[in-house]
Amino acid sequence: MATTEHGPLTVIEPVGGLVFPDLRELWRRRDLLYLMVRRDLTVRYKQSVAGALWAVLQPVALAAVFSVFLGLLADVPSAAGIPYPVFALSGMVLWLFFTGALTRSSDSTVSSSDLIAKVYFPRAAIPLAASVGPVVDFAVAFVVVVAAVLVYGEPLGASLLLVPLIIPVVLAVALGSGLWLSALYVRFRDIGLVVPFMVQVGLFMTPIIYPFSLVPDHLQWLYGLNPMVGALELYRWMVFPDAAWPGLVVLVPLIAGPVLLVSGAAFFERSQRGFADVI
Amino acid sequence: MSAPPAIRVQDLSKRYRLGATTTTLAAAATGLVRRLARRPLQDDALPDSREFWALRDVSLEIAPGEVVGVVGRNGAGKSTLLKILSRITPPTTGRVEMRGDVSSLLEVGTGFHPELSGRENVFLSGAILGMRRRDVAERFDDIVAFAGVERFIDTPVKRYSSGMYVRLAFAVAAHLETDILLVDEVLAVGDDEFQRRCLGKMRDVVGQGRTVVFVSHNLAAVERLCPRSLWIEGGHLEVDGPTGDVIAAYLRRVGSRQTGGVAVIAPEAERIGGEDAKFVETSLTDRSGIPLEQVALGQPFSVELAFDLAVPVDKGVLEVGISSPEHGRVATVQNIDGGRPGLVLDPGAHRFRVDIETTLLPGEYSVDVALHVLPSLTLDWVERVLTFTALNLAEEGEDRWPWAHVRGALRPDSRWIRLPAGDRTASRS
Repeated sequence: MATTEHGPLTVIEPVGGLVFPDLRELWRRRDLLYLMVRRDLTVRYKQSVAGALWAVLQPVALAAVFSVFLGLLADVPSAAGIPYPVFALSGMVLWLFFTGALTRSSDSTVSSSDLIAKVYFPRAAIPLAASVGPVVDFAVAFVVVVAAVLVYGEPLGASLLLVPLIIPVVLAVALGSGLWLSALYVRFRDIGLVVPFMVQVGLFMTPIIYPFSLVPDHLQWLYGLNPMVGALELYRWMVFPDAAWPGLVVLVPLIAGPVLLVSGAAFFERSQRGFADVI
Repeated sequence: MSAPPAIRVQDLSKRYRLGATTTTLAAAATGLVRRLARRPLQDDALPDSREFWALRDVSLEIAPGEVVGVVGRNGAGKSTLLKILSRITPPTTGRVEMRGDVSSLLEVGTGFHPELSGRENVFLSGAILGMRRRDVAERFDDIVAFAGVERFIDTPVKRYSSGMYVRLAFAVAAHLETDILLVDEVLAVGDDEFQRRCLGKMRDVVGQGRTVVFVSHNLAAVERLCPRSLWIEGGHLEVDGPTGDVIAAYLRRVGSRQTGGVAVIAPEAERIGGEDAKFVETSLTDRSGIPLEQVALGQPFSVELAFDLAVPVDKGVLEVGISSPEHGRVATVQNIDGGRPGLVLDPGAHRFRVDIETTLLPGEYSVDVALHVLPSLTLDWVERVLTFTALNLAEEGEDRWPWAHVRGALRPDSRWIRLPAGDRTASRS
């Protein structure tokens, strides 16, 4: 869009080749993004009895279950001497943030099909807004993680202040994958079954309820290819002063995130033009 | 030098591939494997039959401040044109240039969420339509007053009556202040009083020197609002000119004038037959005779026919046909079906109603009417006298067509019986 003396000029043409979402347009429509995020949060919390408590209850309940069955009964260790419940809770909070952002952004285009068929706005706003809501859940739930650390009498370090930096790292991976999946979902409806399955499998392929060290040394490189492994290790290093620096594995999310984000944005933008015709 | 056009459309075409639809990964993978194995599917052998040009080589210019109506039959391409201008769907070929801020209104209530309050929905819907929060805040009181829902503005809209809901939704859209406004059929909502206010609001918009493209079946509204009109027929721009001339030409071709499910048929309508009999009115109604513009999925519908007869007739046959733009004639009913006798009719005015027992799958349909005399004389025959939409929504309950593309047109009643798995038809005798 270019501005002339007669107002902005919009040109509509068939487009091929590599295209990216128009970031300036998304910025101009930031009010829309804000209101979509607020809609998602309001609706989610209005519809449930427990409201915002859900953001806290879910990780706490899951951590409690794993603490009993894995921590106590199966005697699964944690890392760096952290009490198992705190270890599991911290991991679960980050994991639920990631899966929330991934699931919501993947589902977002199909669940907004009525909008897509009836009105124009930058389509990338749909998965983008969907992935932001879980950040709020994470912020709320993280307070409980800090509380749990204090209750168990564990030390807190200055590195705790770095925790906000994990948000863009995780969000890039989640939204990047979400952009790919949400565009594919419009055409392939079994994506709706694939994503929950990926989330379930991912819980066991990421060091959430057991430590990274439990993975045999010669398989750690393969295990570390899952970008959430590096993200989780980096995050635990930020939260727990006794946790060791995870090393090169943190590069995986730092590289995979931007790669997924850029490729996902291009794929999404290419696909979105046909959404209204198939959705 | 005169100002450049607000909208310039050059050689615009839009092709829909009827095969391009949602699928499963497994189906896509098999398709890919077959293509790689160079064993074309039957579908691939007939690419043309699966393509459909909704719009073909349309070119036009609209000057700033012009208010242009778009008329045409269902499925003629006028909504496709508006969807391309609104950037909802891309063109296959051609180019559009638009100067100024553009907003479009294809449906009332786009983006409304039932769980949110009226206030929250006003802001959200405004943002979706392209307004900033500040703009909405400035006009908020006007919007609420126009809709007349002040007392309920903090109530979730799921508790609104459908009238309140539509009024609030339209009120948001009516306060859009963009240079170019694209509007589709939104006046066909709400009660009479509200429709009058909407028309009034549209007239204000028109008076403000903004460019408006207005698609409607409501020819009276087009006549009142738009000095110039476009008639789209079969994806082509058939006539472009002063609204009076365009509508006159359109009515000559279509032969009827339809409002709210009732079509009044002009004597000069394009028809087969002589002077002995003339259809004057056809309407789509429910079983109690109330006119319908749309048929819900599974809703029983009827067609009422009124005709004048100049001669006595015995062995008269009334015929009602249902056609769709994609499939042609999909159903025909006549009063002699099942071996019933022909009609004996005196000269004069007659009125009949036929109750049709079938479910139409979602889509656009038209009604053809005819009066014949056995064995082989047609007294009058008017095609596409009436158009209507079959909705993908039941009056109540969960009945829906769940797939993205509708296959076929009719859904006869069916019963499904589970049989023992080992019981093969071939082994019975």
